[in-house]
Amino acid sequence: MRNEDADVKLVYSMPESLVDRPNHYCPGCGHGIIHKLLTQAIDELEIREKTIFIAPVGCSVLAYFYIDVDGCEAAHGRAPAVATGLKRVHKDKVIISYQGDGDLLAIGTAETIHAANRGENITVIFVNNAIYGMTGGQMAPTSLASQKTKTSPYGRDPADVGQPIRACELLNTLEAPVFIERCAVNNVKNILKTRKAIKKVVQNQVLNIGYSFVEILSMCPTGWGMTPQRAVEWIDEAMIPYYPLGNFRKKESDHV
Amino acid sequence: MAETVLMKGNEVIGEAAIIAGCRYYFAYPITPQNEIPAYMALRLPRIGGTFLQAESELAAINMVFGASAAGARVMTSSASPGISLKQEGISYLSGAELPAVVVNMVRGGPGLGNIAGSQGDYFQATRGGGHGDYRTIVLAPASVQELADLTVEAFDLADQYRMVVVLLGDGYLGQMSESLKLPEPSGKEFDKSSWALTGASGRAPHIVYSLRLSPEPALEEVNLRLQAKYREIEKNEVRFDTYRSKDAEYLLVGFGTSARICKAAVNILRREGIKAGLFRPITLWPFPSLAIERAAGSIKKVLAVEMNAGQMLEDIRLALWTSTSSSRNVVIDFCGRTGGMIPDVDEIVERVRNYEK
Ligand SMILES: Cc1ncc(C[n+]2csc(CCOP(=O)(O)OP(=O)(O)O)c2C)c(N)n1
Ligand code: SF4
Repeated sequence: MRNEDADVKLVYSMPESLVDRPNHYCPGCGHGIIHKLLTQAIDELEIREKTIFIAPVGCSVLAYFYIDVDGCEAAHGRAPAVATGLKRVHKDKVIISYQGDGDLLAIGTAETIHAANRGENITVIFVNNAIYGMTGGQMAPTSLASQKTKTSPYGRDPADVGQPIRACELLNTLEAPVFIERCAVNNVKNILKTRKAIKKVVQNQVLNIGYSFVEILSMCPTGWGMTPQRAVEWIDEAMIPYYPLGNFRKKESDHV
Repeated sequence: MAETVLMKGNEVIGEAAIIAGCRYYFAYPITPQNEIPAYMALRLPRIGGTFLQAESELAAINMVFGASAAGARVMTSSASPGISLKQEGISYLSGAELPAVVVNMVRGGPGLGNIAGSQGDYFQATRGGGHGDYRTIVLAPASVQELADLTVEAFDLADQYRMVVVLLGDGYLGQMSESLKLPEPSGKEFDKSSWALTGASGRAPHIVYSLRLSPEPALEEVNLRLQAKYREIEKNEVRFDTYRSKDAEYLLVGFGTSARICKAAVNILRREGIKAGLFRPITLWPFPSLAIERAAGSIKKVLAVEMNAGQMLEDIRLALWTSTSSSRNVVIDFCGRTGGMIPDVDEIVERVRNYEK
């Protein structure tokens, strides 16, 4: 794109679908990056006017104020059910369910699995920060073994509370999902991959291909008790070894 | 003119919902209302609607939330234990001011209870049921015809007031077959374009939510608006029926299946020359407090009859025993059975005969 007044090239601007207002996220939080990637995808696919975004209960509950599309709240864990209701009525709209790990893998496990198993033509963006951010840093179903949280002060003991759950691998046992991928937003390289994956999970819905899921390993410096810099490193050191990045499922539509 | 048909109560609810324009139905099976999902599973796919058996009542009520937010007429149904699970969702629907019709074909409780009809969920239905200061309109049909008529009306009330309307039946009504005239759609139109989620095309985004953290009085303002709406409903939407109550000295008060038993008792008592009458609340919330107070003006005794341990009884007391009312000295007696048992007509008749002694 060229600016007509001066001979300069516009190389970056805020996504049009991202609302220009201060947000409530902590410094170094991954949610903001993911919002930007999602709104970029919405812009590129030109679907702002037909997107309905579902905010979960969690730190991103107010995300509908940052994304300039129709927004809907869902009770804790129930976003895939709300998405199902919306999509069954508006088959031509793009329904995006944005969820944290407590929401998607603890209280909402049943809704997660069954929406995926039905192959609802929706997009699920799963933000895995291995902690309950909103309520002040309690253990999540994805908290790592020996990870200290408010409710695992001696470190998560898998013998007592089980191993952390891997969402992509779990959903990959089902027939219906067409796309499952795990990404991270802790460095530029990973962010660029996440950007591609997010566009893919949204585009799949636009093309009516089916249920598409992306898990994003994301920083929660506040919940982890780390500096933003340390949090970025912790994803490489601790999270990725347990939650390997990569694509688990990629079905292309026959007619695309 | 609609023809007369013979249908089972539960199936009538499904058919009446379809007549009312409901094309979305989400539910999880539970006895004694399983004919409703079965009926919807047969009918909805054939008329371009959606029937979906949810993975739980939690999922079902939240699918209802999504479909309602999308602007559609939507219904779910269940029986007592399933309705308990739906309470969180009903509270969210109420907070977000979304219309929905929730059918509860009440069964015996508490706990898993049994699968017989009961009225044990009166408190839960009329006090909101979930968390927070909210109400649902509660309609209590007493016949298969009324199941049909009130189902159609429930959708209009839900859309008009943007709130949850509960159809509170019981296992007996659902299983009962009676002849009825299928109702006509009301033809009322409700404009949802100012809030429904349809994609922000050519307008600012709509947001459906119930979280109101700031600024400080935001949540109270919503509550005050809800309360104002509830006062309006109390003024405009009270429904009740009376039977031989004009000159009655003994007033039986019952809703739903209990009211049918009361009616039989009134007939027997009247044949004996005992002036008995029936007052039947049709809206359990808003409760017909004023009407019952008026009806009780010249009454010697009120007998509440319920299939529970005395839940509506408390609303009757609240209505009659206010310090300013002329009925504040009226004696209120109670006859009830619990756990899916039905009050016996002879027992009610005998009770009233004894008042004469
Ligand atoms: C029914 C219910 N139970 C508990 C809560 C409290 N609660 C709010 S957010 C949350 C966990 C959020 O964690 P997560 O889903 O991982 O999202 P994050 O905040 O980390 O982004 C909990 C337990 C609630 N709001 N509703
Ligand atoms: S608590 Fe964690 S997830 Fe929540 S805003 Fe802060 S950094 Fe982000």
